[in-house]
Amino acid sequence: MPAVTDKLEMRENVLRIENCRGDFPALSQKVNGHPIVWLDSAASSQQPAEVIDRIAEYQRHDHANVHRGVHTLSHRATEAYEGARDSIAAFINAASRSETVFTSGTTAAINLVAQSWCRPRLLAGDKILITHLEHHSNIVPWQLVCEQTGAELVVCPINERGEIELDRMLSLIDERTRMVAVSHVSNALGTVLPLAEIVSEAHRRDIPVLVDGAQAVPHMQVDVRTLDCDFYAFSGHKMFGPTGIGILYGKESLLDSMPPWQGGGDMILEVTFDGTTWNELPYKFEAGTPNISGAVGLGAAVKYLQSVGMEQVLRHEQELLQYLAARLSAIDGLRLIGTAGHKASVQSFLLDAIHPHDLGTILDHQGVAIRTGHHCAMPVMEYFKVPGTARASLALYNNKDDIDRLADALMKAKDVFA
Amino acid sequence: MNAMSIDGDELRELYRELILDHAKTPRHFGKLEDATHCAEGINPLCGDKLRLYFRLDDDNRISDARFEGSGCAISVASASLLTETVIGLETDRALEFFAAMVERLAGRPDASRPAAAEDIDLGKLRALEGVKEFPSRVKCATLAWHALKAALQQKQRPVSTE
Repeated sequence: MPAVTDKLEMRENVLRIENCRGDFPALSQKVNGHPIVWLDSAASSQQPAEVIDRIAEYQRHDHANVHRGVHTLSHRATEAYEGARDSIAAFINAASRSETVFTSGTTAAINLVAQSWCRPRLLAGDKILITHLEHHSNIVPWQLVCEQTGAELVVCPINERGEIELDRMLSLIDERTRMVAVSHVSNALGTVLPLAEIVSEAHRRDIPVLVDGAQAVPHMQVDVRTLDCDFYAFSGHKMFGPTGIGILYGKESLLDSMPPWQGGGDMILEVTFDGTTWNELPYKFEAGTPNISGAVGLGAAVKYLQSVGMEQVLRHEQELLQYLAARLSAIDGLRLIGTAGHKASVQSFLLDAIHPHDLGTILDHQGVAIRTGHHCAMPVMEYFKVPGTARASLALYNNKDDIDRLADALMKAKDVFA
Repeated sequence: MNAMSIDGDELRELYRELILDHAKTPRHFGKLEDATHCAEGINPLCGDKLRLYFRLDDDNRISDARFEGSGCAISVASASLLTETVIGLETDRALEFFAAMVERLAGRPDASRPAAAEDIDLGKLRALEGVKEFPSRVKCATLAWHALKAALQQKQRPVSTE
């Protein structure tokens, strides 16, 4: 009876996510005498034991350089590294493993596209279109390539809820636009961007779209072929994997047409002093010995996420996000920053006239970790005319108790500054 | 140590009445139109941004001091207390206060510290000593002091304590 099986499966999944906190060793400690409340996953998420153990196992037993040796350990390391790539490619539904390039993170992935796709193509007067919501890593690489080529950086405005003005965005895509680069989810405000409309309008004019997915991949099922974006960049350490590893997804036809970004070992087919031929995709973009253990850890993180189920993650976090906004709104003197209709996992706020850093210190003293400051999104802060915000960000391991602890800690801050 | 005492005591040490008072109502706040020396202190990651102005008279005495900008309670209170402290001091003496503050708060002697800094009585500046228990906040308390030094030494680049 399939209906009963589905129901059972769903209950198991709900139980799985309710209990998954125990999978994360860092979340069982006390900080400043209190059980830790981790509300800073948008900066960096904690790692489950499965990821930590997988990396340790690789380091203890299988470490060697990849793609090089004929010996056993090199074979094992290569299998582990390429196996991770296969898992990640399947997780985001890439058409093939060649479209999944390991990078050091989202920042490197975006710089790669700016330098390898855009730089050779841009002429003075061409345009790159971004939004006012972007993280610095989806602003500065484009500024650099604009300086190098004389192209212009065009910025789509936002409204007071922290949503992009979609009509403006679509009308800003014109015959001089050469690249549209947008985040999937805003790191400072949690706004989910209307990618379908943006991609469709850009493609009508044959303009490629890069999506900064760093804040989306840990929170929802990302299917790059449904999104139909041309490039999609994300980082391991925001999705329960290690730092120093990330992914550039790119459509094969685009990656094929791009020159290498960095030269070195592993990215070549043949080197002579008369000239060098490039290795096939994705190795053309992976010069030098890669971050093998990072890739292995990211592969384990993907398996972990799949075992919990991304639909469950999304449902769980959406419920928590509503509870978070409701609890915060009920606090006298608290101002929510970022109130878009479609949001994920992040809530920025200010309390009375208390500077976010003072809030951060008082909360930390009660074991509650939040991010304070400009969140590497200074233009967003400038739009709201604030020096920074306090930001609580959620992940699959958070629960309502965490949010209650945050609300209590904020009352304490009001007390200190009364 | 029980959790309650950590909460209460250390936080109250950091956010003493005097600090909160200076943070909420900073003294000598605003631009000094006839300043002879000024410098900027910026901690970009924090978002603290202070601009300090000083007017020196002919015998190298600080006859007026002001500051403007925004920052957390600790950085603003520190700048406010700084202006109260240095008005009327000769520049050498003000630099001794700089050295003494950095040494007391950051816990490391400044290499160029004048010997006299050792026995300076910090007076109400001691209210800032609560940051010693909060390593990530020491930079907030010392920002204005580094800007003071930069201003008196006529450094052009903004200083940072991050």
